[in-house]
Amino acid sequence: MNLMSLFRKRSSAPVARDRLQVLLAHERSVIGKSDLLATLQEEILAVLARHITVDRDAVQIKMDRGASVSTLEIDVEVPLNASKAGPRPGGTPSVPASA
Amino acid sequence: MGKVLVVTSGKGGVGKTTSTASLGAALARGGENVVVIDFDVGLRNLDLVMGAERRVVFDLINVVQGDAKLAQALIRDKRIDTLSLLPASQTRDKDALTNEGVDKVIAEAREKFDWVICDSPAGIERGALLAMRNADVAVVVTNPEVSSVRDSDRIIGMLDSKTLRAEKGEQVEKHLLVTRYDPGRASRNEMLKVDDVLEILSIPLLGIIPESEEVLRASNMGAPVTLNNPDSAPARAYFDAARRLKGELVDVVVPLDRKGLIGRLFGRRVA
Repeated sequence: MNLMSLFRKRSSAPVARDRLQVLLAHERSVIGKSDLLATLQEEILAVLARHITVDRDAVQIKMDRGASVSTLEIDVEVPLNASKAGPRPGGTPSVPASA
Repeated sequence: MGKVLVVTSGKGGVGKTTSTASLGAALARGGENVVVIDFDVGLRNLDLVMGAERRVVFDLINVVQGDAKLAQALIRDKRIDTLSLLPASQTRDKDALTNEGVDKVIAEAREKFDWVICDSPAGIERGALLAMRNADVAVVVTNPEVSSVRDSDRIIGMLDSKTLRAEKGEQVEKHLLVTRYDPGRASRNEMLKVDDVLEILSIPLLGIIPESEEVLRASNMGAPVTLNNPDSAPARAYFDAARRLKGELVDVVVPLDRKGLIGRLFGRRVA
């Protein structure tokens, strides 16, 4: 330990505080709504998979919370040859890895 | 009707069990009727910290499953007769605990005691959820360290969404207990300050427990630090916290261990 290091201010705590503030601001917004969105995504996929072949990544769900109105945006990308042969009432949902 | 208090943190090793035992003993010494319940099935330790490990006959799961009555399973503390312990099971599967079974045991304990203190397991899984489920009050134990603060934030979110009170649209009364605090390092900006942690987590402060060798000494001896050395700095901090839990207004100070001149000169060299 040299003489200078005795005087140098070792301030790691402010770094910790700043990192936490940024991280938690992000995590709170994600975790708060992840339950609902994840559930919606799974259930919408399951319904779609009964009728068409659809990629997992082709279903995007977004929720925007406004002051007076919240919007739910569901974006499904359907490939050209997606429809499955014949009607499948009550068929088991299956989600292929790729369309 | 007693109050149900959960001692929780998310992260392991921050002082949940120490705080459960110390706060329980401090409340009991103030004349309150207290039961401490260990929810850490498979990794029970509250019995050991309280020095009752050789007196365990029945446990929480026995009571939940109806194999033993609550009164049979309770272990009364040998030092304070208003303090009782309900140990966790060390061997059985934690799936043996059901919501309904736990609710029933807590309801019965609430009738008999002024305070029902639930020592939560670490994590955010089923065991932690069962421990917080019936809580009226939560003590969130946090070390002034990034991973502990992050996990506490997560647990606060669960207290607001996964408890019976939350389901009824009510609030669990949340308190922050900062443990292993070193005022010297905090003042040198080497450790998060209590104010930083409070600002980030934004729940009211219950107390600040200073880092102290007395805590390890007490657990070595099998006694809560509030009984093993009531005059020590951490014990005084826990006594203050217990008074605040009862609603008293007590100024928050960080007690320090009193050291003699010799201790001050050589105390830090030993480690």
